[in-house]
Order: sequence, then C-alpha cells, then structure tokens
Amino acid sequence: MTPKHLLSIDDLGREGIEEILGLTDSFVEVSARRIPKVPALRGKNIAWLFYEDSTRTRLSFETAAKRLSADTMNFSVGSSSVNKGESLRDTCLTISAMGVDAIVVRHRSAGVPWQIANWIDASVINAGDGWHEHPTQALLDTYTLRSHLGDLDGRHIAIVGDIKHSRVARSNLAAFTALGAEVTMVAPQTLLPPSLEGWNANVSHDLDAVLPTVDAIYLLRMQLERQTDALVPTLREYTDGYGLTTQRLAALGEKALIMHPGPMNRGVEICPEAADDPRSVITEQVANGVAVRMSVLFLLLGSGAEHEAGGLS
Amino acid sequence: MAERERKMTRPFGGVFVPRTTVMSQDDIDRAIWRMAHEILEHNHGVENLVIVGLQTGGVPLAARITSALEEITANDVPTGMIDVALHRDDIGLRPVLPEEVTDIPVDLTNKIVVLVDDVLFTGRTIRAALDALTSFGRPRSVQLAVMVDRGHRELPIRPDYVGKNIPTRRDEVVDATLEGVELGEMRK
Amino acid sequence: MTNAVLRQSVLIRGGTVVDASGSRVADVLVGSDGMIEAVGEGLKGDLELDAGGCIVSPGFVDLHTHLREPGKEEAETIESGSRGGALGGFTALVAMPNTTPPMDCVGVVRDVIELGKTALTDIFPSAAITVGRAGEQLSPMAELAKLGVRIFTDDGTGVQDDLLMKRALEYSVGLAPFTGGASVVLAQHCEVAALSDGGFMHEGEWSSRLGIPGQPAEAEELMVMRDIALAKSTGARVHFQHMSTAGSVSLIRAAKAAGLPVTAEATTHHFTLTDAACASFDTVFKVHPPLRTDADVAAVKVGLADGTIDAIATDHAPHCAHDKEQPFDSAPPGMLGLETALALALTELDQPVEKVVGLLSWQAAKIAGIDDVHGCPIEPGRPANITVFDPAEAWTIDSSSFASKSTNCPYEGHNVKGRVRHTIVNGEPVVIDQEATR
Repeated sequence: MTPKHLLSIDDLGREGIEEILGLTDSFVEVSARRIPKVPALRGKNIAWLFYEDSTRTRLSFETAAKRLSADTMNFSVGSSSVNKGESLRDTCLTISAMGVDAIVVRHRSAGVPWQIANWIDASVINAGDGWHEHPTQALLDTYTLRSHLGDLDGRHIAIVGDIKHSRVARSNLAAFTALGAEVTMVAPQTLLPPSLEGWNANVSHDLDAVLPTVDAIYLLRMQLERQTDALVPTLREYTDGYGLTTQRLAALGEKALIMHPGPMNRGVEICPEAADDPRSVITEQVANGVAVRMSVLFLLLGSGAEHEAGGLS
Repeated sequence: MAERERKMTRPFGGVFVPRTTVMSQDDIDRAIWRMAHEILEHNHGVENLVIVGLQTGGVPLAARITSALEEITANDVPTGMIDVALHRDDIGLRPVLPEEVTDIPVDLTNKIVVLVDDVLFTGRTIRAALDALTSFGRPRSVQLAVMVDRGHRELPIRPDYVGKNIPTRRDEVVDATLEGVELGEMRK
Repeated sequence: MTNAVLRQSVLIRGGTVVDASGSRVADVLVGSDGMIEAVGEGLKGDLELDAGGCIVSPGFVDLHTHLREPGKEEAETIESGSRGGALGGFTALVAMPNTTPPMDCVGVVRDVIELGKTALTDIFPSAAITVGRAGEQLSPMAELAKLGVRIFTDDGTGVQDDLLMKRALEYSVGLAPFTGGASVVLAQHCEVAALSDGGFMHEGEWSSRLGIPGQPAEAEELMVMRDIALAKSTGARVHFQHMSTAGSVSLIRAAKAAGLPVTAEATTHHFTLTDAACASFDTVFKVHPPLRTDADVAAVKVGLADGTIDAIATDHAPHCAHDKEQPFDSAPPGMLGLETALALALTELDQPVEKVVGLLSWQAAKIAGIDDVHGCPIEPGRPANITVFDPAEAWTIDSSSFASKSTNCPYEGHNVKGRVRHTIVNGEPVVIDQEATR
C-alpha cells in the first residue's frame, strides 16, 4: 500500500524502502534517455516550500518533477508573506487552495512536515526538517550503496561527523539498518546526540580503528559554526581526529565506498584526494538523487494507488 | 502488458478461468514464422530493423520473432523492450507501476521499429508505446505485430502483422502465451 | 456585594467535609454575609445545593496562573480565566506577572487588582522580581508588597544573575513593615538560560530521536541548587515553581530536611505527561519547563506524596490557536490547566482525596500568604471559599467546552474521574451544578 506522504524513513520500513529503490531503476533508465522525460505526472502540481536555502535539494526535486512532466511552483519564502508574519498554517492553506497535489517542504524546525500533513489534503514530502529527517537523501544514499554493494545485509557502514545536528545521519541510520546493515557512528562526544537510547548503532571515537572494517564511509558536512559553539576546539583538531585524510584514505579498504551528502568542505571532513578517489561515489549520489526523487513523486502522485476503487479504462 | 496480468493487478484481482483454447502451441509457432516472413517481405530484409517487445507479454513473443528473423536471414536483429507504465493515459485512474526496466539498445533514429505485443485490445497500450518511443529517437517507421487482435479499439490504431483475429466480448479475457491462447473470464 | 444571590444563605447539603482538620459528614451553611455560619445537621438555607456523594472542601488555590491580561486578551482575560478557574474548583488564582506590560510596577498591579474585583474568583497578582522581568534591576518590591503582593517571580524566566537574586532575597526579608507583618516569598522559575536557550523540549532520548534541540534537566537543577544555597545564606523564603525533574525533587527534599525555608509546587502536566508526547510534533505539548521522562514523572509523584512538593499548581498558560500553529521551535510554550487539575490529580496521583485537596487548597494558600481567606478550615466564622466536587464522576476532557478563551489543552479526549459540582467564592455560589452562575 502506497503511503500518502513521505515524512520519515521509519514510516516506510524495509518493504517501503525496497519498493522505492526497485522503482528507481526505471527512472535511472528514463534519465539516461535521449529525451529524459515521461508524461507520467502530466497535470500534477507540485509546490516547493523551502524555508531553508537548499539549492541542491530543490534543483534535484525540480529536475525529477520536470522529467515526470509535473507542473511546479516555487513558494519563495524569502520574498513572500512569511516575512509579513503569516503563520505556517495559513501559508500552507493558501498554497493548498491553489490546487497542489504535493508540497515538498524543507524547514529548519523538526516536525514541520508532520504539522503540514495534518492541515492540508495534498501529499507532503519531507525534504529535510531541522536535525530530524531527510528521507529522500537516505533513499538516494541507500540506492547508491546497493548499486555498488548489492544486498546491504551484514554490511558495515560508518557515519562520521556531526551526527547530533544531522538529519542526514538520522535518516540514513534508519534506512541502512532497515536493510540489515550495521552502522557505526564516529564522532566526538559533543557531536553525538545527548542520548543514544533506542539507536540501532555502534558508537566510536576512534575512526582509525573503524576505518579498515567498513564497506562504506559516510562523511557528514562539518559546519564552521561548531567551532564557535565550542563543540570542537578547532576545525584542525576535528580533521585530525575525524577527517578522511590522505593517511586514512590509504587505510580504507580497496572496495570501500566514500560518500558525502554535499556540499563538501574539502580539507575539513574530507581531503581533496578522497573526494576525487575512484572509491568516491559522491557525484553518483547526486545523479541518483534525481531518479530516487522521481520514484518518490511517481509513487505518491502517479501510481494511482490512491484510487483503489477506480475503474479500468 | 499482458492482459491477464493487468486484470490481476489491484483492485481487480481474481482468478482467470479458461473456457476455450483458441490457439495451440503449434498454432503459435506457425503464426510466429508467418509473421516473421511477412515482416521480411514488407521491409525487404532486416536492414535497419529493430524489434521492440512490450512489457511484459510482448517480450517473449518479440524474442521468438527476432530469433525467427535471425534464423531466416542469418543476420543479427537488435531487440529491445519497453515498459509503457510511465506513458499511459490512465495514470492515476488505476494502479500502474513499471514492472521492468525499459531497454532500448540502439538509437531509433531512421530505424524501422516493429512493436510486438501479445494481445491488441483498446489500443491504449500501443498509444503509450508510440509516445515512449519518441524518447529514443525518430524512427523512419513504426509497425505493430500482435499475436491476437481481439477488437474493441478505442483509438485509431491497427496492427500490421496479426497471429489471429479473435472476436470477443468486452468482458472476456484473452490469455496469450507462447504455449497457446485461451479465452475465458476472471472470477473473484 | 449587593448581588441578590449573596443576600441568600446557602446550604450545602449531604456532602463529606474535608479540610486540614480531617473529614466528617456534615451540611455547611453559608450566611448571607459570605461567612460560614454553621456546620452540622438539620440546617436550613435559602438556597440548597446538593452535595450528595461529594467532597466539600476549602476552595482551591492556584499558585501559578497566566491570565494574559493586560496584553494578550485574545488568549485569555482575567474574567475568562477566573471563569475557567471557578469551574475547575479554584476560588483564588495567583496571576503571573509576564503580561504586557509586565506586572513590575504599582500601576499595572493595581490595574490587575481592579480587574480582578469583577472576576469569578479572587485574583491575587504576583509581581516581577526585576523590572521588565529582564533580570537587571529590582522592581519596587516594597511598594508592590504594600499593594498586597505576596509572591514575587520573574516566571517565564529565572533570575540569572546570582548576585541580583541574592540581593532580592535579602531585601524580601525586611518587607514586613509594608505588609502588615506578613512575609513575602520569592518564587523561582528555575532555568539556567545558558544551558536551556535554544532548546524546545526535554533533552534526552526523545529530543535526540526527534532532532529537537533539548533543555537539559541540569538547567533546572543548577538553579534549584543555587537558590537553596541563597535561601540558606539569606534566611529568605524561596518557592520553587513547576518542579519537573527527579534531581530537583531530591534537592528540595534535602533542603527541607535541613530545615531551610523552601517550598515547591508541581504542575499537573509534570506528573501526567512525558517528553514522548512531543513525537507527534503537536505544539500543545511544548511547555517550559518541558515535559520530562517517566522517571521524572515518578519522582514528582513521590515528591507530592511525601510532602517534598507542597502544592499542585496549574501553570495555566493559554495561547491562541494561531500562535500554537507554528513550527515546534517557534510556537509559544504553555498549556491549559485550570479546568483539568482536580480530575488529573484524582485520576493520576493515586493519593487519598484528603491529600489531593491539601495539595490544591490549604498548602497552596499558605505559600501564597492568603490562608486567612482561602484554604481555611470549614468552620463557622471563616470566609466561605468552598469547592464541592464528586471524586468519582467520570468524564472525557473536551477543551471546546472550556470557559478558557484558548484550547491548548494536552488532554483532549482523556478519560478522567473527579468533577467540580459547585464553587463558592466569598459566599457567592459562582458555579452551581457545573455551570457558572454569571
């Protein structure tokens, strides 16, 4: 049964993740066509509601929607009524009243997609909510991993860096473990969540010990403000302890994958040599992002699963 | 898409109950050879020919026609498959998910494409396939081969090569495989 | 006091009287002068209120009510808040000072006192410890005490500056000449801002999972520790508002054992709800201090049972729907409490009714310094501030039926037991058979 919204990885579970990833192969094929466009979502209207700048994610979704022939509209938060004091709910009701089939939302505050899903009839797709979830990122990462490693059962993946503030880490942990992978989170204590109760992951402060055992190393973006927040004394010290440096690159397994959600801070969490290493699949992640998002949009809006009682033409 | 499978897709479901056998396996084999010869005759050989089977029922049939063509002419004939789920005009009206990945091995520009499907009914699948083909180039011509034409067309589409014309009622179901063709209905 | 109803005498018939002195079956006659005239059997009154199956107790006192007036009258007014309070069995509400403008000067406090005169319950304004609740300069505490203020608090925030808090406590000790001998109390919203700023729920398992920045328990506990130390050094009374962590409860237990002049309250939500509720991202569950863990809830309950925590307060904090319909981080904290407090205490605390009534009534009245008028024993000659409730009546919480102007109640649809039937404020039956009389 297709869900109406895509809010979190947990909602999908293993079966839901596998359905989306299975469907994604078809959209990878579509994306490779001479004319990479299908009429599957003709007449569907999708609104982008990005309260936080994210050119990459928005462009990826926009490309996905256009390849499916959907109409899109951008609710530009910077220049809109939001700055005139309109409440989140009123903004959503306004967009909804224009007749949208889906709202793709990015917000700095955790839970906003859930709130919106309670207020409007359209499908809601979570494009990142605060530190909480970023399900399409996790799906594209999982797709990329599977295309190289095959089945993830028993595979070992290290997620390294600022896990505390990372929606990517939370969604990826859920997705990787749902498919049977073992996950080790590597970070200084200050960049781990305050409580790890209920987290299906190993924790380590020693990247060098973890490195040789992994099938993939997933590096998170290290933000410069973590230094001013006293979460790490200096970025240099962070790189020394947790960055994928040239020395560590040599210790990484021959077939291990290097992943990063972007944008990278070359020289901080990842050295330039690692970013450009043959084991790096970072640009593949971006390409797969479009296909995975096509898959999600098609599943929610185009597969007709919401019309269970419909008739055959 | 094979009619039987489509009928079995949610929410229709049910079990196919055959009533009469309208083509035996021998009939199918003979029809395949005849259609292969007609294709050759019509196109003066296999030059620029590309055989494209429609997922899922047309794919095995396309493979058989291709091997017949190759056997007759001793030339390789490129063959592909296409899933039209993303091009259908009834998306959103009923559950439609791609079942297989489309695979068109060559640029179709200036090629002669023979679309192959098991059963021709309303013509909507073929319309979707014609739409899908345009993403892969601009063929010189597109022709249509089907094992069974059961009538009830809803669009101006006609086949170029037919295994057998079988008049049917709308509510009947035609089950066409390489082992034979049966006429029957779906029971819940 | 020319109200026609007031001229009548009121007989509360057939209930069980429960007060600080114990419980007994008796009728209560309230005289037309607003005082209790007689307690016993065979009494007659002009108006008879049925108290069959009910507890007749001293009226409840809420140490912690946000009435929003002046400044945010669309969320609540003194009138609507007091109506909700009366329906919830309260006869006195201590109004918190975080209004707009804040209750930090004589003008605003006098205004609130004036507005309170027409309310259904008695309204006792608290006043801010510091000017503008900004934590920088002491408010004119003596002037305010002279007006009748007995509780000073910067509620909504704690006084961050250690020295300023020490000075405020020292100063409070010498205010007796301005109060006619009564003492005042400084009530603290314990929250070290440096640790809690930028947090929107309890820091722990759920905040980690939900990716919501957290407020750690120690943000509360550090300030409890500090103020216990200051109570010890200054000898001044300190009241700890809405205690929410197991650590805080232990600290206060130890301070009381050491004989320090400290008291504490707990809200209904801190002994009934946990941070897991935030998983719905429903901002109705956003409150300061935040909902904590199961262990904290258990500790608060023990604190209420063993006397560490003196009173149940509501921290009734109405907010308009459109203010709550914001992202979790930007929605204002707070939830309703007046109309559900008794039922939740009876349903969730697993304590005898006498104990619950003490926590809601006379123990709170004593902290507020109003125990000469509210929470008094039910005996002739006392002001008739009385609550009559059926401890067994089962009902389902529905905020749309509340008198409050807001609906941010976190207990929507909860099944509870215990419901107020009549409320008598200064001799006037303001609630009869679950309906406000005016």
